[in-house]
Amino acid sequence: MPDGGGAQFVRLAGLKRYFDVSAPWLVRKIEGRPRQIVQAVDGIDIEIAKGETFSLVGESGCGKSTVARLVVGLYPPTAGTIEFDGNDMAGRRSRSDMAALRRRMQMIFQDPYASLNPRWRVFDIIAEPIRAFGLSTDKADLQKRVEDLLRQVKLTPADGRKYPHEFSGGQRQRVSIARALASQPEFLVCDEPTSALDVSVQAQILNLMVDLQRRFGLTYLFISHNLAVVYHISTRVGVMYLGRLVEVAPTETLFTRPKHPYTRMLLDTIPDLDMTGRQRSPVAGEVPSPLNPPSGCTFHPRCPFANDRCKIERPKALSIEGGTVACHAIAEGRLAVEERSYAANS
Amino acid sequence: MATESNNPPLLDVRNLRVEFPTRRGTLVAVDDVSFDIAPGEVLGVVGESGAGKSLTGNAIIGLLEPPGRIAGGEIHLEGRRIDNLPYEEMRKIRGARIGAIFQDPLTSLNPLYSVGRQLVETIRTHLPLSAGEARTRALDLLKEVGIPGAESRLDHYPHQFSGGMRQRVVIALALCAGPRLIVADEPTTALDVSIQAQIIALLKRLCREHGTAVMLVTHDMGVIAETADRVAVMYAGRIAEIGPVRDVVKHARHPYTKGLMGSIPNLGVRTERLTQIDGAMPRLTEIPAGCAFNPRCAERGSRCLVERPDLMPAGADKAACWLHDRGGVGRPLAKETIDA
Repeated sequence: MPDGGGAQFVRLAGLKRYFDVSAPWLVRKIEGRPRQIVQAVDGIDIEIAKGETFSLVGESGCGKSTVARLVVGLYPPTAGTIEFDGNDMAGRRSRSDMAALRRRMQMIFQDPYASLNPRWRVFDIIAEPIRAFGLSTDKADLQKRVEDLLRQVKLTPADGRKYPHEFSGGQRQRVSIARALASQPEFLVCDEPTSALDVSVQAQILNLMVDLQRRFGLTYLFISHNLAVVYHISTRVGVMYLGRLVEVAPTETLFTRPKHPYTRMLLDTIPDLDMTGRQRSPVAGEVPSPLNPPSGCTFHPRCPFANDRCKIERPKALSIEGGTVACHAIAEGRLAVEERSYAANS
Repeated sequence: MATESNNPPLLDVRNLRVEFPTRRGTLVAVDDVSFDIAPGEVLGVVGESGAGKSLTGNAIIGLLEPPGRIAGGEIHLEGRRIDNLPYEEMRKIRGARIGAIFQDPLTSLNPLYSVGRQLVETIRTHLPLSAGEARTRALDLLKEVGIPGAESRLDHYPHQFSGGMRQRVVIALALCAGPRLIVADEPTTALDVSIQAQIIALLKRLCREHGTAVMLVTHDMGVIAETADRVAVMYAGRIAEIGPVRDVVKHARHPYTKGLMGSIPNLGVRTERLTQIDGAMPRLTEIPAGCAFNPRCAERGSRCLVERPDLMPAGADKAACWLHDRGGVGRPLAKETIDA
């Protein structure tokens, strides 16, 4: 992880979030069942610099969406700290201070069907953050701001009078983006913003996000399971597995010199559009239940390089080639880093 | 694998048309779709939501949901016409000659029956086997689709399986009676990437070993590129382009296919912006005259607005685009400016 000192814009340190999924108390007592805790996020450290796009990838259940929700404050963390532009988000402060910080970060959700109020007109949906943060008191000014936002996301001001159901999935996601931009944030958390969309629409939304980032100097935390999308949009990438960060690296390094065995496995699963005839080795096994994660390195049951140490001791993050990796095999030099190449598609 | 051989095709779809009568008039969801599948061949059908790819699959297995209906065309399986069969006749073919795999493995299994019971039921419906023999076959199938500890898993219920394992059970169910054709509708879409790769590898292996043909319906071009021999690209209810997968992926002939390929983020080349096709696929109520793609097409001409192109030879494949006709597209026109 680059050591920027205080220069980092968003800093997560030792972040943990556990969920209690136990049966009700009485059922537990009668049936003698223990408490059950899901360690959705189990101690991760991330630093995001201003203006970059940091992506989190992983399979379902690895905790990436929980991280997104922790960062914007939809969940309180079980342990660890979240610093935003030097301010500790957990620190006690007044409501207005909190609102001022909240204004500067917004979220875009995965499902554009569920994240817009079906009974509100698009104008009101987009105007809501402006009203809530008291950014505009004047009606004409509000009107102008919303129209500008609609144009920014390539919709027309006339669309403001419509209801969400009158739009396609891609257009709804544009409305979500306009709403997120309404409070003039500096930091956007995007939780799988394109995975509910068709590829051609996905391309439109990704292009729009890149344009907006350049225009407003936005910082993105981008959550996705789609490695090709992550490759396209990110500055740096973090790979999560069972609530832990197994590898963080600059995008190009991660894709050409992946280190952690799990990262290599994920890269192997990308379908080969070039049809080079490369035989993919499908990985055996599945993600274990986060209710009962394996000991030591949680990846060891699926890892071809695991030894006894991996079963007992949790690997620490090791700085290497501008990133970090948590793997004993890499740390001990048992596993060499190999170069991967991708043929360019004409 | 065989593409266009002299052997009669296993499945032959001619001028298929699927309609939905509504209060505001009839919607044509699949319009004049023709293709065939050779024995043992994997045909990918790709397109965006609403392109009519799933409806085409459902029409073939005879599971169109009313009020949707086949309004024209013919479907032949092994030389026999199957689109006009009575319901009971079709039931015998479905499962026995055509297997089906759907997107969501949880909803395609009955949660109240153990997977063994579901397999045995399906096997005994189609094959003259005793209960014991059917159970042995069920066990073999579970082993074949790679379920660890198949003996004990036979009596488990669907909720006790993970998503990937459930999809394996669904594949086993589809294979029960040794069908000649499997219609797989988005079989990997609901699965994680690592599981996706496993399921694709499994499907490929099974088809090779059993000589089963597959119609693979998906929106994921990557899955098609890995699995299919030929691919049909659908747009607004019609086939825009059909041909060997390598030609379509590498040398797309239809402007829509070109745009679609460009909009997929590509590993190896980092571009600032992805190629994007502006606008969205038209709703079924608003399909433009002429070529349905014309409002979004950068290469359109005056002819595209009035005359609808049929599939015509274009390079190694066939494309429904006037660019490949001797007459051309006519007077060049600019793309419509679309705000959405």
